[in-house]
Amino acid sequence: MTEQQALFKYCVRLGDNALIQSYRLAEWCSNAPMLEEDLALTNMALDMTGRAQMLLQYAGSISGEGQTSDDLAYRRSEPEYRNNLISELPDNDFAFVMVKQMFTSTFEYFLYLALMESSDKTLAAIAAKSVKEARYHMAHTSDWVVRLGDGTGESNRRAQEAVNALWPYTGELFETDDVDRLLQEKGVAANLEQIQIWWRQYVIETIPAAKLELPSDDYQHTGGRIGVHTEYLGHILSEMQYLQRAYPDAKW
Amino acid sequence: MEQRDDALVQSTMQSAFDRKMEQDMPIEPKDEMPEGYRKHLIRQMSQHAHSEVIGMQPEGNWITRAPSLRARQILLAKIQDECGHGLYLYSAAETLGISRAEMTEQLHTGKAKYSNIFNYPALNWADVGAIGWLVDGAAIVNQVSLQRTSYGPYSRAMVRICKEESFHQRQGYEIMSKMMCGTVAQREMAQDAMNRWWWPSLMMFGPHDSESPHTGDAFRWKIKRQSNDELRAKFIDKTVQQADVIGLTVPDKDLRWNEARGHYDHGPINWQEFYKVIGGYGPCNVQRIAHHKKVHSDGAWVRAAAEAYMTKQKLIA
Ligand SMILES: [Fe+2]
Ligand SMILES: [Fe+2]
Repeated sequence: MTEQQALFKYCVRLGDNALIQSYRLAEWCSNAPMLEEDLALTNMALDMTGRAQMLLQYAGSISGEGQTSDDLAYRRSEPEYRNNLISELPDNDFAFVMVKQMFTSTFEYFLYLALMESSDKTLAAIAAKSVKEARYHMAHTSDWVVRLGDGTGESNRRAQEAVNALWPYTGELFETDDVDRLLQEKGVAANLEQIQIWWRQYVIETIPAAKLELPSDDYQHTGGRIGVHTEYLGHILSEMQYLQRAYPDAKW
Repeated sequence: MEQRDDALVQSTMQSAFDRKMEQDMPIEPKDEMPEGYRKHLIRQMSQHAHSEVIGMQPEGNWITRAPSLRARQILLAKIQDECGHGLYLYSAAETLGISRAEMTEQLHTGKAKYSNIFNYPALNWADVGAIGWLVDGAAIVNQVSLQRTSYGPYSRAMVRICKEESFHQRQGYEIMSKMMCGTVAQREMAQDAMNRWWWPSLMMFGPHDSESPHTGDAFRWKIKRQSNDELRAKFIDKTVQQADVIGLTVPDKDLRWNEARGHYDHGPINWQEFYKVIGGYGPCNVQRIAHHKKVHSDGAWVRAAAEAYMTKQKLIA
């Protein structure tokens, strides 16, 4: 694997995470418990669609095949996606989306904070923009996790259920493979071990502050790095890619 | 004695209000105003707010299927704007002494209406274009006129909202023109959307001037400044030309330029359909309200949690 190939894979991974998360967040449009949160959730979706566009565009520019960001977003099939499984999970309720986004936004905040120092200038510039968004997403979702955990009996129960259901999908965020190792040596990629330490520290403080508990079970799902996904991704893609696939010659 | 005082208060209040009306000065929330004026505004402003919010549904129907990343961003941002308009108008209406919860309740019981246009379905991607171009286009004509409405908070809301609406209209038109430059299938979708949205858009301006029951008060109170037919003509004149430029056919065989009037003449509007849909028998009436009710009740535990948390925090502080 050349550095260029690794960089392509790295950008696709980050881009796919943003792309699939933004899809799930966009589903909240006209479905949130109050208009203010309709705005907040679709705002996150908007930030992440923009981030996906930048990362996939950059990936396309270094692949040597000249794909556009839309080619990559809309013309690949399931096994070619490299997002973490957690971003595919459907949101059962408002507690689920808030806990999920708290976990992932905290990860993204520390990830992009580190990537601001990347020796790759494009990645560093995308990171500088993303870190500001992630900081806001992390604060907003953490506030809600605390509010729900420390709200009513029902909201505490729902938030705890979300924590339990999502916890086994958090380990994958920090999986390190050959792509990471090659790029870390060159100062391009972030050190996920270090990020996991920061992430754990933040989560370990936030969860009890929300009157919630972390599960003791350590089983963790895996598969996103090698393109083995949950059953949900296929449905996301069949909806998201519908027009591009049904009218392959059309420009939109 | 007391009765005479009441009458005196009533007449001073009335004359302060009338003076402001005469001098074209805005009425502000703290000003005294006739009960009819307040009621009329609550009805109109809450209907306006509900329209922004219910209007999120047909467009939201296409968010997950938006055909490019750019298209998804534009659509998301547009729907967010509409949501923001809803919020802004709810708070403007609240200055008249009604709460958002009460307005929502009225929407659910059917006491309050929303724009009839959103009882039509968004069936293909070009519908997103048609809604932006035609529906927002028609709304702008109405809202530009409302910038001079007599109630201060409403008029200021309109100034702010109009800026965003003209973006929406341009973006909708861009989708339509892109599709008209595209494949045969895309052109068919665009024309199909045009055929379905044209007449309901004309109906957005309401009944002909001769039929409109509220015209009298609304004009006297300077809430409304231009008549339904005047506004409709404005919309038709600008839109027919835009359709022509990109090769869309306006689905009205009677449409022709009337040199003498300086406007287009159009064929008869199907008011029977209009009243049928307003009366609850449109394609999506049941769906739209059922969706709003479901989301509202599904979210009740979240709002309760937020309130409980806030109460606890206050106790600590
Ligand atoms: Fe609007
Ligand atoms: Fe609009």
